[in-house]
Order: sequence, then structure tokens, then C-alpha cells
Amino acid sequence: MRAKTMEYFDSLIAESAIKIKEEKEKGKKVMGYYCVFSPVELIEASGAFSVGLCATKQEPIAEAEKHLPRNLCPLIKSSYGFAITDKCPYFFFADAVMAETTCDGKKKMYELMADIKPMVVLDIPNSSVYRKRKEHWMEEIHRAKDFIKDELGLEVTESSLKEKIKEHNEERKLLMELVELNKFNPTPISGADLLKVLWGRQFKADREEYIAKVKILMEELKEISLKSDKVKGPRVLVTGSPTGVGQEKVINVIENLGGQVVLQEACSGVKGLVDLVDEDKNPYEALAEKYMDIPCSCTSPNTRRFELTNNLVKEYEIDAVVDITLQACHTYNIESYQLKKEVDAPFIQIETDYSESDVEQIKLRVSSLFELINE
Amino acid sequence: MYTVGIDVGSAAIKIVVYDGETYRYAIEPTGWSPKSNGEKVYKKFLIENNISSSKVKRIIATGYGGRRLDFVDEYKSEITCHGKGCHYLCSDIRGVIDIGGQDSKAILLNEKGKVLDFNLNDKCAAGTGRFLQVTTNALDLDMDQIDCLAKDSSPLSIDNMCAVFAETEVLNLLVQGAKKDEILAGLLKSIALRVGSLAGKANLQGKIAFCGGVAQSQVLRRMVKEYCNLNIITLKNPQITGALGAAVLGFK
Repeated sequence: MRAKTMEYFDSLIAESAIKIKEEKEKGKKVMGYYCVFSPVELIEASGAFSVGLCATKQEPIAEAEKHLPRNLCPLIKSSYGFAITDKCPYFFFADAVMAETTCDGKKKMYELMADIKPMVVLDIPNSSVYRKRKEHWMEEIHRAKDFIKDELGLEVTESSLKEKIKEHNEERKLLMELVELNKFNPTPISGADLLKVLWGRQFKADREEYIAKVKILMEELKEISLKSDKVKGPRVLVTGSPTGVGQEKVINVIENLGGQVVLQEACSGVKGLVDLVDEDKNPYEALAEKYMDIPCSCTSPNTRRFELTNNLVKEYEIDAVVDITLQACHTYNIESYQLKKEVDAPFIQIETDYSESDVEQIKLRVSSLFELINE
Repeated sequence: MYTVGIDVGSAAIKIVVYDGETYRYAIEPTGWSPKSNGEKVYKKFLIENNISSSKVKRIIATGYGGRRLDFVDEYKSEITCHGKGCHYLCSDIRGVIDIGGQDSKAILLNEKGKVLDFNLNDKCAAGTGRFLQVTTNALDLDMDQIDCLAKDSSPLSIDNMCAVFAETEVLNLLVQGAKKDEILAGLLKSIALRVGSLAGKANLQGKIAFCGGVAQSQVLRRMVKEYCNLNIITLKNPQITGALGAAVLGFK
């Protein structure tokens, strides 16, 4: 049974585009971003809209390959393709873009993108044990603040920042409560729908409305849990490279073969939600602390991802872990070898892209995994 | 009472009938229509072996085309079926390497033949049966000439990650005047090394069964032993282990 409120989330991304257009016509500034490292609190504290940018579809890749190498991660090619074709309304409406040096491919692609939009590319220190990484990130946040002032003419004040930090913390807490409903067995919300709700968060034009809908959804899901019988497929945790709306291929295979995608440890899942920003500290320092602790494979070593994944496996009674690696995403691809050794559950890695060409191969891998668990 | 296992691969359909003690089998080309050929092969097999369909208790399908068959009772993945089939033929193996038409696989088994872990080739076809087919085509060779030609040749190095590029590499070597047999040996070596890394990632140790059509090449088996330091044993019918495993699973 599917919650009725999901209809709101089905059309959220498309409808937000219209609302943002209207707001923009009234003079509101829009700043786009790609990654979970983006301190969106800062963007919103300036009074600008923060919007996620399209990045997870096959459609614009052919166009992107006119400038970019074919043998590059599909996420990078798709982001760039959307940017140069004007097919992403969010990119189109964005006055400027905030990006990060999460990998070499993105970093170099952003140099090309800078010809299209004003960009601020924040430098992520690669080392997770670098002593000054938080100071470094704090400086980058300050640089972004200056960029917003120069480019958009908008000021961030300490009190506006504190207010946004608070709002985002509330939102993170609420979304984690939603995710936690999937501790029930069977899970009341499918992995594809959960992704849709979490992904929609970046595109929403109206926070209050979004939060109200999430709350209604949660009530519905609780009722579904009470009514549902105990027929259950394997409980799967998905991790790895970001999986966005438009790219649910692997999640769909898992769910069509009877598995339950309980949650995702990925930047499109809970990776950015598990930690809150300290509301009592200096807001810049607090932001730097939170964002520098995101367990992304772009930092080395990334032991925190292993800990987080293992904790989630226990907490959510996970039967198997599926690690999705986008083709040519070297950091996640290499890290998969370590993750497999660290994770205390049956584990498979699936290397894929956004095309549909390997669905049969993915089915074979997933059905073999399920047979391995059930035998 | 019988059970039937039918493995519809990208190149061949393998069918096994099992009565709890003995088995019989047949191998037919898959052709263009795995679905209708699968059914034809099944019916023909029953007629030729004089088995009435009412005596068939359970039919289990596996392989790429297996999912498309609608006359079967259940579908099981090739991983499970190869594991079961190889374990049935030789109970002290702890691993299986299968080189199929589209996939190469390394499967780790426990002492009961249960799959503990597995690893498959990535999206590219390098190291698969298709890879060998494409590259031997470029050499204008038939698959059954492989062993006889490559037997005493020292392998040239062919290193491309991808089947299509490897084909280009083969053509380049030919243009440069390299000998066909050495190129062929190089191709087999590249498959052996590829399979070795799959086996390493799945932690395969001890006695390992090598199956799939390509496993019929003695030269390749020798190379896997030699270059990858794996204890490979050869089963009598390496091509049918998936179908056999399916039939054995159906009997339980």
C-alpha cells in the first residue's frame, strides 16, 4: 500500500520549478548547488533561494560528451549536460552556483561550467585527519559569503544564519524520524519513494508546506505499518555514489525482486542528515564542524563511513548491503573493497551508469544476493 | 519422478533431467529466440528421452533467458545453480569459476555447496565467452581450433580493459606481423588473468571447479593454474553445471 501523500512528492520537483520562476520574477535571487557539502544554511541566510541542480539523468549526456570525455562519471556528464542544454529549469533560474571540489572530474568540469554561470567552488580538504580542516572549511564558508554579497548583492548576518541553522536542524531531525519509520518490518515506505521525499527536499520552494506534508506522510505511514502483515523480503541498505530521482534503476531492481530498500547511506540518503549543526556555537564554526564530518569517499581515510554503515546495518536490521558505484567514480569504487571487509552483512557492489543497458546484469547480481541470504 | 533444470545462456541452452541419482543432458544453440527455443528444447528432450511430462515434478530455469520462460516452476540465479551443480559433481570444491557468454563469475562455496560470496565481471565483456568469440573472429579462427593453435605458443601481451578495444589491439598486432598463435595465446592469457582477479576479490581458495563453455580449453585451464596460482579442477561436463544445479535444487 502506498501513502496518499506521496502524490504531493510525485509532482514536487516539477511544481517547485514553477514557483521558483514566479519568485524570481518578483526579484528573488536563486543559488543552485549540487552536493551535500553545500552549506545551504548560508545561501538561505542571505535571503536567496537554494535549489538543487539536475544531475542524475541519462538524457543530456550525449550533449555533454561533446566537451567532456566519454569515460567519465555519468553524474558529472549529466550535470554539465543539463547546464549547457538549458534543460534543467533550476539551473536556468539560478543566478549563481555553489559547488565543491568533491572529485577531480567535478572540479575540472566546474572550470568549464564557469563560462555559463557565476560560480563559487569551495575547496574540500582531502584529508580527514588534516588538523586545520575545520578552520579551512570555515574560511571557505566565509569566502562563499563574500561571493554571495558581491555576486547577488545579498548580506548574511549572524542572526539570519543562526535562524537558518535552526530550521535546517529541525528539518533534518524530522526527516530522520521519517527514515526511522522503516525500522518497521515490512517497511511502510519503499526505497524509491523515500528517495523521492529526501531528494525533493533540495528542490522544494516552500519549506513549511514540505514539512507539513512530511508530517502527514509520517502519520499515514504509521497507519500503514499497523495494518500491514508480516510478509517480508530481504531488508537492504543501499550505499555508494549518489543515487537521485531519475536514476532509481538499482533500487527498482532490488524492490521488483522482492527486496525492501530500507534506507540509503548515501548523500541522497541519510549521510547529510545524521549530524546536526551545533546551535550554541559561533554559526560559522558550527557549520564547518558539521560539514567537515560528512563521511564522503572524497576524504581520506573515510573510516566514518564504515562506522556509520555498520551502525545502520544493526539499527535497521539489515540483511544485505548493496554498494552502488557510478562508472569512473574512483573514490567510491576503490572504497568498496574496504567497505565490504568492514561491513557485517552480505555485500555486493554494483558498478553502473544511468543507461538501461545493464538491467539484466544487475538483476542477476541482486537475485544471486537474495538467494545467498535465503538459502 | 524427475526434475528438470534448464539453463538458457546467451550462446547455448543446456538442459538436464535428474531422478535423484542419475542425470541426462542436452546442449542446443540458443538462437534468436531464447523463449521459444527454450520450450522447444525442453519438449524435444522429453520426447528423445522418452519421459512423459507428467513425470516431471519440477522445472527450474536459470541463465539470461531463463527468466523469460513461462513453462517453468521457478527461476534461480546462475550463481546459485553453478554452485550447486559443481558441488554435486565434486563435493570437496570450495569455489567455482564460470566463464559464460556474457558474464564471468567467481563463486565462493562452503562445504555444503552454499554460496558465501560471489563476484562478476564489470559492465565490459572483457574476459567473457563473448570476448573470446569477438577476438577469435578478428583472427579468422574457429573456437574449436583454439587449443591446437595456442598449445605451444608464447603469449603476446594483450592488455585492453574492453573487448572492443582488445579486438582493435588484435588487428594492430596482425598488421605489425605478429603470429596468430601468439596473439591467440595472449588472448587466453588475458582471460586467465582477468578470471584470477575476479577469484581474488571473491577470496577463492582450495579446490576450484572451472566451468562454462570456455572452460573446455585445456590451454586456458593450464594458464589459470599457472598465472593465477589457483587449484583448478576440471569437471566432466563443464558446460552443464548451471542446468544440473537447477535440476538438483528442484529435487530437494
